[in-house]
Amino acid sequence: MSEKEANVVLTEKQYIVVKLGTEQYGIDIQNVDNIVRMQRITRVPKAQAYFKGVINLRGEIIPVMSLRTKFGLEPDEYTGKTRIIIIKMEPQASIGIIVDEVKEVVTLEEDEIDKPTYNNNDEKAAYLSGIGKHGDGLISLLNMSAVITEKEQL
Amino acid sequence: MDVSQYLEIFIDETKEHLQNLSDELMVLEKEPENMDTINEIFRAAHSLKGMAGTMGYKRMQTLTHDMENVFSEIRDGKMKVSSKLVDVLFQGLDALEAYLDNIINTANEGEDDNQDIIDALNECLVEGTGKGAAKEEKQSEKAQSAQTTSADQDKHKYKNLKLAEHERNAAMRAIEEGQHVFGLTVEISEGCLLKAARAFLVFKALEELGEVIKAEPDVQDIEDEKFDLDFTVVFLTTETLEKVRNAVLNVSEVKEVYAGELEIPVEEKKEAKADEPEQSAANQSTETEAAAAAATQTAAATQTADKNASKKAAKSTSKPVVNRSVRVDIEKLDVLMNLVSELIIAKNGLVSIGSQGNLGEENNGFNEQIEYLERVTTNLHESVMKVRMMPIESVVNKFPRMIRELNKKLGKKMELYMSGEDTELDRTVIDEIGDPLMHLLRNSADHGLESNEERVRLGKPEVGSIFLDAYQDGNNVVIEVRDDGAGIDIEKVKNKALEKGTITPEQAETMSDKDFIDLLFRPSFSTADKITDVSGRGVGLDVVKSKIEGLGGEIDCKSVRGEGSTFTIQLPLTLAIIQALMVELGTEKYAIPLGSIETIEDVPLTDIKYVQTREVINLRGNVIPLIRLDQILDVEPLTYPEGEEPESITVVVVTKGDKLAGLVVDNLIGQQEIVIKSIGKYINNNKIISGATILGDGEVALIIDANTLV
Repeated sequence: MSEKEANVVLTEKQYIVVKLGTEQYGIDIQNVDNIVRMQRITRVPKAQAYFKGVINLRGEIIPVMSLRTKFGLEPDEYTGKTRIIIIKMEPQASIGIIVDEVKEVVTLEEDEIDKPTYNNNDEKAAYLSGIGKHGDGLISLLNMSAVITEKEQL
Repeated sequence: MDVSQYLEIFIDETKEHLQNLSDELMVLEKEPENMDTINEIFRAAHSLKGMAGTMGYKRMQTLTHDMENVFSEIRDGKMKVSSKLVDVLFQGLDALEAYLDNIINTANEGEDDNQDIIDALNECLVEGTGKGAAKEEKQSEKAQSAQTTSADQDKHKYKNLKLAEHERNAAMRAIEEGQHVFGLTVEISEGCLLKAARAFLVFKALEELGEVIKAEPDVQDIEDEKFDLDFTVVFLTTETLEKVRNAVLNVSEVKEVYAGELEIPVEEKKEAKADEPEQSAANQSTETEAAAAAATQTAAATQTADKNASKKAAKSTSKPVVNRSVRVDIEKLDVLMNLVSELIIAKNGLVSIGSQGNLGEENNGFNEQIEYLERVTTNLHESVMKVRMMPIESVVNKFPRMIRELNKKLGKKMELYMSGEDTELDRTVIDEIGDPLMHLLRNSADHGLESNEERVRLGKPEVGSIFLDAYQDGNNVVIEVRDDGAGIDIEKVKNKALEKGTITPEQAETMSDKDFIDLLFRPSFSTADKITDVSGRGVGLDVVKSKIEGLGGEIDCKSVRGEGSTFTIQLPLTLAIIQALMVELGTEKYAIPLGSIETIEDVPLTDIKYVQTREVINLRGNVIPLIRLDQILDVEPLTYPEGEEPESITVVVVTKGDKLAGLVVDNLIGQQEIVIKSIGKYINNNKIISGATILGDGEVALIIDANTLV
């Protein structure tokens, strides 16, 4: 790992690979502040449906959203592998996203990433920044700022 | 001379003087004969000039010098204050402020000479005194008197000493007995290490020759070394001035003694000595001016002296306070505040462990310590909050000036009356509240007040009044902007709303006057017939409202047609930590800020009445609508076994303004000090939840903003 890090070139990017159901998604490691185990979530009434509520992370209140609900998948089932990934895009504005499982960290070269095909009807397409090819699997790379700011699709 | 280290002090003091000048000029315009005000202005202008000169800001100095000339003439009764003159003076002030801004930004005063203002000032001077030639003459006379007396007002502090009644009597008696009353300002060398000891020797030397009746600072303070490099005494003696001076100068490390026969206000005995050989060119004119002022003293000048003295005295007594204060970056305070918050959360954690009562024998001591900790954290919190508090004065003191300008711009005569300028608010609120208040004042001036003719026709006083009152009310600070104008024309609002399609005719039928007034807070809603420079562009009250809500406050408007409108702003005293009532809804815990709670009632189910299918209760004559919090917040209701349903409900009665509402909760937990945390900007929940807090056990409880429910 450390050897790899030392050799990071600009064209390379590291992604945290997470699983939602059977699909693999990649989150740019620069956006990730922390990964914590599932914990008690306090429901926030009247919030957008994909917001599960807020958690107390060492004295900070952090809103937590469910990627599954956001992507229109079946509701979360919390298991021992469920994790909350704390995303910090800007200071003072952290947000947590619930994923089924955190698998690994991968390094993708620029030529391993394909641009997503633009499809107006596919609401999920807006959340993607590209498709990464890693080994024999494909990773949907998430455009985090779109994921956390996008209004709920009607 | 390197003056950069004084720059900060210079900026602060200049600001203060400019504000002072601005305030006093306002007064002067109303009371052109007020000698106190004129003297005060003169003093401020004079200090400004001196300071600018010392710092090497020539343009600023020139301008203040010319302004000061005008004041000097006014003070001597040689010219009258006219509205035109005040206008020019205000222009001068603006120019000075521009210089100051430049200095703040670049440490340079800029290139603008503001010659037009200087010319205008001189023109006023010539016009006002009516004798340009006489002025010349006076100038030379000034110069002459400057040479003969060449008193340095700053050095001869003893002249500004204000004697208390008994001290004056003692001095009078001494004069009757043929003694001299001398004022001495003793300056000690800068390198002196034991100033107090030197001062002691000076006193000792003096006491051999006569009697010291007064010292400034106090003898006690001098002994404690609470003085800069000089102190001033009033001294009774039969010896000559020269002898006294030499006696003091004999004490080593005394740099200079400025001494002179002290003038007892009843008589006009004046003697000054030239003692300061090295004067910078910049200071020269200052002194000439001061000397001239001293030479042409009249009855009014005695007043000046008194006034100056009292000012100076106030300054010197407040000096230790200034020295003991420290400027702190607001961010550092925020850090401190956060730490206090953490501490309170930790304390709440200990409290909840303690209340579980599984500590056995040790329990008593534990509880005692917890209570102690609670006291300490509460005090600590209060202290930190206090550090962050600032009087609202710094925001509102620019308003009289603004109203004056609006006076001219709108061609309406109006007066601003302010009270409660010393009300304190959190620093962050102070920074934000200026604009909304300005907006409301402009609104009152432009829309609220009728034209002068209209007012006369209606039998109202011709001059409109605008009031700005601030006061503390429990945990809130209330700021009211009130005018005695026409009030809000409900019909006009209604028509406008219908015309714009903001409301439907059906809605209009059922709306109360209050509802219509609330429409004014909607975005892009202005009833002004024409857009003026001052207001009426429709970006107004909605911005004010959102700003104030952003600060955790609320705004309300009351208006009586023909009598005026009142805008009431309520702001929380503290932003971060509040007392709250913890309640349970189903299995969830919520906090309701104590500030909005009126009472808590246990209401039997049979007492619930229905009005228009809404649940209400009649509480001591008040009909209060009930709000089922569990329904509003989609909480799963508690299920009770058959036959065990409670026969009463717990109602938390909350207020907003004078409206009441009853929140139905399942259970009361108790009162608790909570730290407010934001739930972030991503969650959008109709503002019902204003934030969250962390409970003792690490659990998160949401804070209900009762205001959005009422």
